[in-house]
Amino acid sequence: MIHARKLSRTFTRKRGKERVEAVRGLDLDVEAGTLLAFLGPNGAGKSTTLRMLTTLLPPTSGSATVAGGDIAGDPSAVRRRIGYVSQKNAASDHHRVRDELVAQGKAYGMTRARAKERADELLDRLELRELADRTPTTLSGGQRRRVDIALGLVHAPELLFLDEPSTGLDPHSRAEVWEFILRLREESGMTLFLTTHYLEEADTMAERVVIVDRGRTIADGTADELKAELAGDRIDLGLRDTSDAARANGVAARFASAPADPSPTPSGTADPTVRIPVPNADSALPEVLAAMEGAGVKVATARGVRPTLDDVFLALTGRSLTEEEPTE
Amino acid sequence: MTVRTASLPPAPVPARSPAASFSRDVATVFTREITPSVRDPLGLLFTMAQPLLLLFFFGPLLGGVGAGGGGGSWQWFVPGVLVMLTLFGPMMAGYNLLVELLGGAMERMLVSPMNRTAMLIGRTLKEFAVLLVQAVLIVLLAVPMGFELYPLGLLAGLLLLAVFGVGLGSLSFLLAMKSAPSGELFYGVTQLAVFPLMLLSGVLLPMDFGPQWLQTVAMVNPVTHIADAMRALFTGSFTDPSIAWGALSAAAVAAVGLTFGTRAMRKGVGV
Repeated sequence: MIHARKLSRTFTRKRGKERVEAVRGLDLDVEAGTLLAFLGPNGAGKSTTLRMLTTLLPPTSGSATVAGGDIAGDPSAVRRRIGYVSQKNAASDHHRVRDELVAQGKAYGMTRARAKERADELLDRLELRELADRTPTTLSGGQRRRVDIALGLVHAPELLFLDEPSTGLDPHSRAEVWEFILRLREESGMTLFLTTHYLEEADTMAERVVIVDRGRTIADGTADELKAELAGDRIDLGLRDTSDAARANGVAARFASAPADPSPTPSGTADPTVRIPVPNADSALPEVLAAMEGAGVKVATARGVRPTLDDVFLALTGRSLTEEEPTE
Repeated sequence: MTVRTASLPPAPVPARSPAASFSRDVATVFTREITPSVRDPLGLLFTMAQPLLLLFFFGPLLGGVGAGGGGGSWQWFVPGVLVMLTLFGPMMAGYNLLVELLGGAMERMLVSPMNRTAMLIGRTLKEFAVLLVQAVLIVLLAVPMGFELYPLGLLAGLLLLAVFGVGLGSLSFLLAMKSAPSGELFYGVTQLAVFPLMLLSGVLLPMDFGPQWLQTVAMVNPVTHIADAMRALFTGSFTDPSIAWGALSAAAVAAVGLTFGTRAMRKGVGV
């Protein structure tokens, strides 16, 4: 569905004095039917990549085929087959919701009658029927988002790009938007390409996570693969007696997939914690506990810790994904 | 059951000739743009307030200073007001575009397969349709006050304004696109450009009264020539040389506007 090769985009600012390489030689292949989350800190090149793949911005170099069309050579073919829900509100403030949907249908070559029919289908589908004759200024954030998604779906695209679809929404609206996205996908088998900075969304919803940083892909796989390969599980043991710490570390070293971290006592608690990196916390926990018992270590608390995608990013770059970078 | 049919893809689009799809795109954009005005026609009246005030409170003064010579002050002033409306209308067109650029509506249309030039023309045509309604109203109101109607001249004059308006509108769009995302450039330039263009065109008062340097500056202002051509046409003349100059000026503005406007749209907007 998407094949990008060495896709690059450089912006020149301040009359050519300053060159910003937003995207540097990005390669990407996306199979039809995938739900892919495109993840990265602010300024990583997510939006720029999305704008190139959606033909809004020509690449400085490199090429990409999207939904069978070349983004530079045949942008119209790409535009006919893809949908794009941007971060901003797609419906204009002074236009009624239904009018915008009809206009959008006509923009894709539908007759007026067909565009009206399709608008009504989508109004029902996204539960917007009662809001059809209102202007977006009178809608809530979640309702506007649904209008945006409806506008992106008018021509039933094979591939839908969503830029931060749930940003700025309250938890209830976020859940609602996700429900629609997932239902849509189930019904139509559409390929979904979305950016998000909610890590848990990428984690739970996406089948494939692509992490970008400084204009390049730095990781690509399922959330579980990335976590297992790049961050890994961990077992945290709270010891009853500080004097057991040395023995506990000896046992931990036998299980650890990486050097164990006998971290000093966290402030405020009296007892030390032993952190053991393991390939699979769930299966290692009983064995570790049995071994500790055998060595006479009294364990007060035991916890298997799964890594987050933020841990993956941290492992790759030494920075946290949630740190804001003041670029762009 | 309806939910199921909704997931079916829309009917395939029949292949059309480039010209047919171009005019369809123009119509789509035009219809979308004009719908809010049709739904709320009162807004149109508000934008007309200024020219109407000029017509009633300023126009009568011109008779006193003897402007317009033999044609009567209305024959001179009404075309001027229409040119003024054409200056302000497209400025608003750019403003509307800027708002949609800063929001997401423009981007949404730019990812659609619609022709870029058609998008510009559709938008300016909407401004022209509004102008047309306003022009008819103004002419109708001026007739009882002594404005003499030359239907053919009026038609030709409106056509001239249409060409000029499309060009100005495109330039205004170009400016709006260059101004994104802050928009400051747009506000600055429109404030700095539109007023001098109007003052230096003799729209409100004849330039003949001004000093030589002012008249010279007015001569390089395309709006002057368009206003002169309009005045000739509004007295029923089709042979006055000012008409050719006016037509040339309008065509030049349209050519420059459309060329650069479309180029800017192709290059990518915003960020």
